[in-house]
Amino acid sequence: ELLSSHKKETQEAPHKYKQTRTHTRTHTHAHIHKKQHKIMRGSDDYDGRLKKGELSSGTTIMALSFEGGVILGADSRVSTGTYVASRTSDKIAQLHDTIWCCRSGSAADTQALTEYVRHFLAQQSIETGRPPLVKTAAHMMRRLCYENKGFLLAGVIVAGWDPVHGGSVYNVPIGGTCIKMPYALGGSGSGYIYGLVDAAYAENESPSKEEGLKLVHSSVAHAMARDGGSGGIIRTVTVTQDGNVKQVILGNQLPYGPSGL
Amino acid sequence: MSLSLGSGGSPFVASRMPSVSERTTRPVVTGTSVLGVKYAGGVMLAADTLASYGTMAKYKDARRLSAVNSKTLIGAGGEYSDFQEILHVLHEETLENKCTADSLYDEPHEDARETWNLLRAVMYGRRNKMDPLWNDLIVAGYSRGSDKPFLGFVDKIGTTYEDNIIATGFGSYLAIPLMREKYRPDLQEGEARALLEDCMRILFYRDCRALNRIQIAKVTPEDGVLISEPYELDTDWTSANVVSAQADLDGDGGW
Repeated sequence: ELLSSHKKETQEAPHKYKQTRTHTRTHTHAHIHKKQHKIMRGSDDYDGRLKKGELSSGTTIMALSFEGGVILGADSRVSTGTYVASRTSDKIAQLHDTIWCCRSGSAADTQALTEYVRHFLAQQSIETGRPPLVKTAAHMMRRLCYENKGFLLAGVIVAGWDPVHGGSVYNVPIGGTCIKMPYALGGSGSGYIYGLVDAAYAENESPSKEEGLKLVHSSVAHAMARDGGSGGIIRTVTVTQDGNVKQVILGNQLPYGPSGL
Repeated sequence: MSLSLGSGGSPFVASRMPSVSERTTRPVVTGTSVLGVKYAGGVMLAADTLASYGTMAKYKDARRLSAVNSKTLIGAGGEYSDFQEILHVLHEETLENKCTADSLYDEPHEDARETWNLLRAVMYGRRNKMDPLWNDLIVAGYSRGSDKPFLGFVDKIGTTYEDNIIATGFGSYLAIPLMREKYRPDLQEGEARALLEDCMRILFYRDCRALNRIQIAKVTPEDGVLISEPYELDTDWTSANVVSAQADLDGDGGW
């Protein structure tokens, strides 16, 4: 008898709640859940836009232009949280014959963007019968990044050589800005080397190919030494009228080692 | 808001509830894994010399292995300031024991298992006050009543266990399987060291917060506690992935 009366009570109470309080209840519940989630996240998830467990090209990327072409450089670490998912990845993707881009942010987003831009560039090049301009590639990237900015976490540097403008470097950070620059830095490790690269440029405003390569190697190595999201090997691509030259500096031959000694 | 110095003395006074300004709510400067293995002739610990500041590799000469007394060695991961506090307290305890012994010239009573138990009580007590010392500790050494080495673990909420093989942090995922495979009760010192170096190398490859500059420390009955100077590990980058062109137009997509 006691049991049945208890049952009756519980059946009535939720019904009453349902009528008057459902909306506010779910709203507060979601709000609390979101806040807890935010507290538990680490400091390296870019304000929660990386999904839980999503791969991040933590990264240090850079590109600089010299007389006759450009040099792109990147580290090789891909991480999920604090686990290194790949220590030998290739973050310099080819968009066209002499147009490349460095990828940082969500690995999935940047891989998808790269494929889209490759497709559009190839299409345009066939239709016009000419190699595409770096400017075109950069602006295609910008269109995609800007018009989908709510869904993407991608910072890319588009750089390459074309017959009209020679070597050019375009920085397309998160949000979809597109700025042409003599040199560009990106990724979580870039903050550690702004001083180093700015000082080098102040001393030498137009580096040669060899000086540029040395600067890229040294800067990326320094960033890898301090940023937890960067590490591994240094990949570079040197793009000129004559084509592309890819190089690798192995992790035990870095100009400045990760332990700083 | 005014700054305040704590009441000093023992942080283990049960009566005082910590205010928000005093307790560790989240770790800021952190060390990563510590590894420990027993071998024939002693017990050995390994740790790198990095203390990270969030994602930044800020302090590259942070010593995370320390001798507490002539028979006990501890290593810590987690918040570095809390580790320094633990060391301070344990050093004071050792000094106190020495001074209050029946004679200053007697063999001091030093015991790794007792240190381990003291740490257990401390960590659990702090956990009960919601004011943890944010560390994972490994205690290694020799105890009274046994000529076998001791190796034990204490975490920030006071969990303890002892074993022949212990690893904290990332090491518990990556190093433990390797150590389990290679462990034998009659492991020689050279083999133990090679095993720990190998595990630290793997951790450097796969842990974003690790460094290839490490320290190895051992406790033996004859020599007591010996901690090496930090040195750099060699790394191997010749795997096939490295050189192949993945992100080119005809590659598989860039990773």
